[in-house]
Amino acid sequence: MALLEAAALEARYGPTLVLHGLDFAVEEGGITTILGANGAGKTTTLRAVCGLVRTAGEIRLAGRRIDGRPTEDIVRLGVAHVPEGRGTFMELTVEENLRLGAYARRDRGAVAGDLERVYRYFPVLRERRRQLAGTLSGGEQQMLAVARALMARPRLLLLDEPSLGLAPLVVQEIFRIVRAINREDGVSVLLVEQNAAIALDLADRAYLLETGRVVRSGAAADLRRDDAVRRAYLGY
Amino acid sequence: METFLQQVVSGLATGGIYGSLALALVMIYQATDVVNYAQGEMAMFSTYLAWTLINAGAPYWAAFLATLVIAFAGGLLIERVVIRPVENAPILTIVIVCIGLLVILNSLAGWIYSYIQKPFPSPFPSRPIRIGSIVFGAHDLGAIGVTLVVLLLLYLFFRHTTLGLAMRAAAQNPVSSRLCGIRVGWMLAVGWGLAAAVGAVAGMMVAPIVFLDPNMMAGILIYAFASATLGGFTSPGGAVVGGLVVGVVENLAGTYVTFIGTELKLTTALAVILVVLLVKPSGLFGRAAVRRV
Amino acid sequence: MRAAWLALGLVLAGAAAALPFLLSGFRLFQFTQVFVYAIALLGLNVLTGYNGQISLGHGAFYAVGAYAAAVMIDRWGIAYGWTIPAAGLLCFAVGFLFGVPALRLEGLYLALATFALALAVPQILKYFEHWTGGSQGIVLSRPEPPRGLGLTADQWLYYLALGVLAVLFVLARNLLRGRTGRAIVAIRDNPIAARAMGVNSALYKSLTFGVSAAYTGVAGALGALAVAFVAPDAFNVFLSITFLVGIVIGGLASVSGALWGALFIQFVPNWAQDISKAAPWAIYGVFLILFMYAMPRGIAGALGQARARLARPGRQKGGPSWTGDASCSRWS
Repeated sequence: MALLEAAALEARYGPTLVLHGLDFAVEEGGITTILGANGAGKTTTLRAVCGLVRTAGEIRLAGRRIDGRPTEDIVRLGVAHVPEGRGTFMELTVEENLRLGAYARRDRGAVAGDLERVYRYFPVLRERRRQLAGTLSGGEQQMLAVARALMARPRLLLLDEPSLGLAPLVVQEIFRIVRAINREDGVSVLLVEQNAAIALDLADRAYLLETGRVVRSGAAADLRRDDAVRRAYLGY
Repeated sequence: METFLQQVVSGLATGGIYGSLALALVMIYQATDVVNYAQGEMAMFSTYLAWTLINAGAPYWAAFLATLVIAFAGGLLIERVVIRPVENAPILTIVIVCIGLLVILNSLAGWIYSYIQKPFPSPFPSRPIRIGSIVFGAHDLGAIGVTLVVLLLLYLFFRHTTLGLAMRAAAQNPVSSRLCGIRVGWMLAVGWGLAAAVGAVAGMMVAPIVFLDPNMMAGILIYAFASATLGGFTSPGGAVVGGLVVGVVENLAGTYVTFIGTELKLTTALAVILVVLLVKPSGLFGRAAVRRV
Repeated sequence: MRAAWLALGLVLAGAAAALPFLLSGFRLFQFTQVFVYAIALLGLNVLTGYNGQISLGHGAFYAVGAYAAAVMIDRWGIAYGWTIPAAGLLCFAVGFLFGVPALRLEGLYLALATFALALAVPQILKYFEHWTGGSQGIVLSRPEPPRGLGLTADQWLYYLALGVLAVLFVLARNLLRGRTGRAIVAIRDNPIAARAMGVNSALYKSLTFGVSAAYTGVAGALGALAVAFVAPDAFNVFLSITFLVGIVIGGLASVSGALWGALFIQFVPNWAQDISKAAPWAIYGVFLILFMYAMPRGIAGALGQARARLARPGRQKGGPSWTGDASCSRWS
């Protein structure tokens, strides 16, 4: 069963149409990646799912339509978005950032336990828990952003270019953790990435976006072998 | 020496009032980039409501608390009903709406309560208090005390409660806040409510000194601007400190600098504003806006 | 389509020309005042609407222009005709000089500085009693219309104001449509990019301040002639705030907006008083707020949107329904 489904999704900024009718899906418990070059519309797609841009077309979360609903409501249905640029609250401490991730949760009692789990995944955050988030390095802020999303105990995790500007080792670590939460907690993931190699390694399904349209889709393993994709996006 | 200390304490009292109103201004500015020009009139109107309650026989502190609640509700409603329709409009449009609000409140107060000055009671005894060999006005000391209590409560609220944290987040980064499920619109409304309540405190503390009339807060608002400018519009604590400094400087200047007297007191506030803007626009504690390219 | 707008413009121009023969006395004076305000609003709009520098203190330039004209006529016996350009030049210099320290201030801080200036004006005017006549002000005599035209003083003033407005209107339009205008707007929208493209931001900003002050100073001089009296309390902070209200209601970054705004600030307070003698300003405030709800970009903005919608006849039927947020510039 698909947890997230989009049908004929369009999105625009002002008068400019950026997404021209996308169809894609994320399976329950699966990892889907959306690949494409700069300007293809990948970030816009994630923002469309969260209601941060004007959309037309249908988006369904577990069968219920979420298009047109305010972001706060969509988030409360179990969607956590790690935005491009991380969206960290720079002037709040690391721990305050994490607590905010759990803001919308009803099960207050479990928040402390989740805080511990998140510190176990990312020990550096525990060290820096009382520091202002703005003083963290890029890699640490990315970890903070992912951790904050995890604090929401989401059903669906949206990751926007998590590898951007990060050292390879840090990227590997983050992806390892994403794989772990997908396997252990069944969190479905929609990953948007420019780094096709690492994304196709992690995902089950993949979509290739070019100027707001899906040009290829299929199992990630298939797209890895696809010649056109290899040449254009994997560089060999 | 005694005069000096008396003037300092008196200056701290009025400074606390300026600082409170400045705090209200900064709270809203930080969250919305809008200066609520109607803040003073909202405070004035709240003070009139308190007067109505006291006149109807309510004991002072009961009326005080009731007024805080009503002011909070009023501020919240104003944000949801009056400001919300234009919250995404250009900034100057919102400024005009605030000016409209200012004018409405001022005019309504004049219509309902007339422009005749009314005395407003102080909850503090009228006998001066003697500390050591110096005599201080009880209301001055009381006003300082009330201001400190209000500030302490606000500080605890913002630092140590979830709602306070959510409000700080919403003010700093609305988009990320929405991604955490925070209803940013309501956070703004609560912010307006709190600012209105703080303003009401300022109004009720200043009314016994300057007497209650619809134009009571106009001058205070200008001092509040001076305080926020001095302290920094991006720093709530700075706004309060700025207020205290402005209050003390105003009093000392009025006492010791002969050509200032009472007419040019307002000019002191303006001079503060202009000097700060020329030297360090972001104020003592504010942060200069860093523009990323 | 253009022919229709042109025809409308001619009709309005004709009406404006004929007005002095249809109205008299106070009503005519009100329209003269509308033109005076329109010139002031044009000045403020160039600075705030097009260049993005907020001024809450343009009443000060209006006062400088008014007092300059009054002092020249009353103390130095200069003919009123010369006082208008003189006021403009003087205010240009003052505005340009003010613009230099203002370069360091942005948005809120510039608004505060100009606000402080506006507050200080009445007190400064009263302080320099020897020049300004102190609290009592200066009384002027109405300008005499040129002989042979058969106009009354009121009518002459009306045409004088209308004529100056028309000239300044055209000048502003040409300025803003050309390279200078684009530079000015570029500085507002993205100052860093503008500088990177070689626009001398500091010079343009100061010049814009000067031009803006000059326009408002000319308006002040005309206003002094129309009212035949200047006094410090007439130039208090309310005037500056009224000007700001005028440009926002009329429409920021719009030349025609100056006229709409002037009509609003001249007549709506009177209507408010007709509606309620007891709390007229409350009604005015309600008008302000309702106007901003209905036309957040001012009258000119609303007209522009209407015109755009008329020009683009068909929207796709049964098209997708648009929902969600759009991110737009917070300035206009």
